Amino acid sequence: MAKKILLDNIDVPGLASFEVYKQLGGYSAVEKALKNLTPDQVTGEVTKSGLRGRGGAGFPTGMKWGFIDKKSGNPRYFVCNFDESEPGTFKDRHIGQLNPHLLIEGMILGSYALGARTSYIYIRGELFYVLKIIEKAIAEAYKNGLLGNNILGTGYSLDLYCQPGGGAYICGEETALLESLEGKRGNPRIKPPFPAVVGLYGCPTVVNNVETIATIPWIINNGYEAYSSIGIGNSKGTKLISACGHINKPGVYEIELGLPIEEFIYSDEYCGGIRNGNKLKAVVAGGSSVPILPAELILRTATGEPRLMSYESLSEGGFQSGSMLGSGGFIVMDHTTCIVKNLLTFARFYHHESCGQCSPCREGTGWMEKILHRIESGNGSMKDIDLLVNISKHIEGNTICPLGDAAAWPVASAIRHFRAEFEEHVKLQKCPF
Amino acid sequence: MTKFSAESLPIVNRILKQYPEGKQKSALLPLLHIAQAENNGWLSAETMDYIASLLEIQPIEVYEVASFYSMFNLQPVGNCVIEVCQTGPCWLNGAEELLAYFTERLGIKAGETTADGKFTLKTVECLAACGNAPVIQVGTDYFENVNKQKAEELLDKWQKENKISHTNPYL
Repeated sequence: MAKKILLDNIDVPGLASFEVYKQLGGYSAVEKALKNLTPDQVTGEVTKSGLRGRGGAGFPTGMKWGFIDKKSGNPRYFVCNFDESEPGTFKDRHIGQLNPHLLIEGMILGSYALGARTSYIYIRGELFYVLKIIEKAIAEAYKNGLLGNNILGTGYSLDLYCQPGGGAYICGEETALLESLEGKRGNPRIKPPFPAVVGLYGCPTVVNNVETIATIPWIINNGYEAYSSIGIGNSKGTKLISACGHINKPGVYEIELGLPIEEFIYSDEYCGGIRNGNKLKAVVAGGSSVPILPAELILRTATGEPRLMSYESLSEGGFQSGSMLGSGGFIVMDHTTCIVKNLLTFARFYHHESCGQCSPCREGTGWMEKILHRIESGNGSMKDIDLLVNISKHIEGNTICPLGDAAAWPVASAIRHFRAEFEEHVKLQKCPF
Repeated sequence: MTKFSAESLPIVNRILKQYPEGKQKSALLPLLHIAQAENNGWLSAETMDYIASLLEIQPIEVYEVASFYSMFNLQPVGNCVIEVCQTGPCWLNGAEELLAYFTERLGIKAGETTADGKFTLKTVECLAACGNAPVIQVGTDYFENVNKQKAEELLDKWQKENKISHTNPYL
């Protein structure tokens, strides 16, 4: 069995309650850190552990914390990004719903390390029922002296609140999230300045993903060496993978980074193989934004090495033959899948979710949806295929935030690996599936 | 709606205390969710103006936010709003057939409301529950692994009980 850091107790009945969480050793990391470690020591543990941001970008967490401006004299904020909306990704909901105190414990540790006295968990508005679970857990934590004034008599005080969004994928981009938390439209800000210097209410702020934050208690309890001994290369620790699509056992799995993808797809411990014994056609390995890979390239790299679940292995070969680990949203497609139609749903998604600030994204996502619709419905021409590639190139790298790239990559990669299928749509003047 | 109900006021007051002095505009999204629930599931100009006055901001600051986020309805809706996810993972698992079932059974297209005002059908983008696709949302409730049979059962139930999906999400 693989090492479990986040899902160790996930099946224990009543885990969402303070009593059960505490009984299982919960909040011992808060006790240890607040009583025996300085904030800088907590940051040091996280830095040395090699933990990378689990929202999708994979930026080293400790380094991000290290950027926080401590000289300004302004209040500092720690914000949890619970705007889980990347198609294929449903891992954070799993933690928030079943183990909210783990997230709260991580929030206390991060806030302590950063010197924050007020922190927020920003959760997508659709997940109001999870917000209520978290608010209940927060109230329990206050009641038991783990939030509020003078936590556990250590002199450290922290207020923690949960804030709902309003239905906007873009608010998962950290500066858009901060705008939204300030009661505005979720328009991403131009960086620099980065949130670590000018964040929430113009004050130094760190924004981290749910899974990232939920990992911190384990690192504090067990030490950075224990954490960094798990994994492979610069992909340390475990990762939650939310697997969906045409597999026998969709769900949220915790894997040790470095697990061969072939094992993940076919082993009964994980996805349990393709439904109905069908043939694997393609996988989008890290949420809808990352390049799609055909079966042969998801199982093995272009040089014939087994492809592993790690930041390095999944990106091996660049975008020519590789992809990204991203958020861990693992979407599996069998041989009955129309790649063009699947891509059309993604294109519609990005068009719907573009905030509209930057013309290449606002206009380009609309054009890509329109052209893909044309091809899928049998009205496309061969020129349309090149036009799609052309548009994607004009979006990529030309926008304030990465939503533009996220919209461009699926289109470019689907045509790169499945061009014949697009051409078939054009030749037949209909969808062949 | 020009005033929060007595039931919601304590929640509104609690939310207003969650932000630093002078930053009460941060309460806008939470308050819009409650206001929408108390205004039959949509935000009228009158309702938004009330929120503006409560937060001491300009009405346009409320309008521009309400029109940005997909959860806020700026037109009247039916008593029960059914939101069907249509993004990739749900599509791979039959969301299109599910939407077709709702369309046929209710006799309306996505974005429309039945003549009796009971149901509104909406398509939405990824609800982040892809492992149990297809997924629909009604009010604050998620319904997962919804096949045609399950959809039929749910619709029968909602028909019978005159389901109202807009309730204060904090309660």
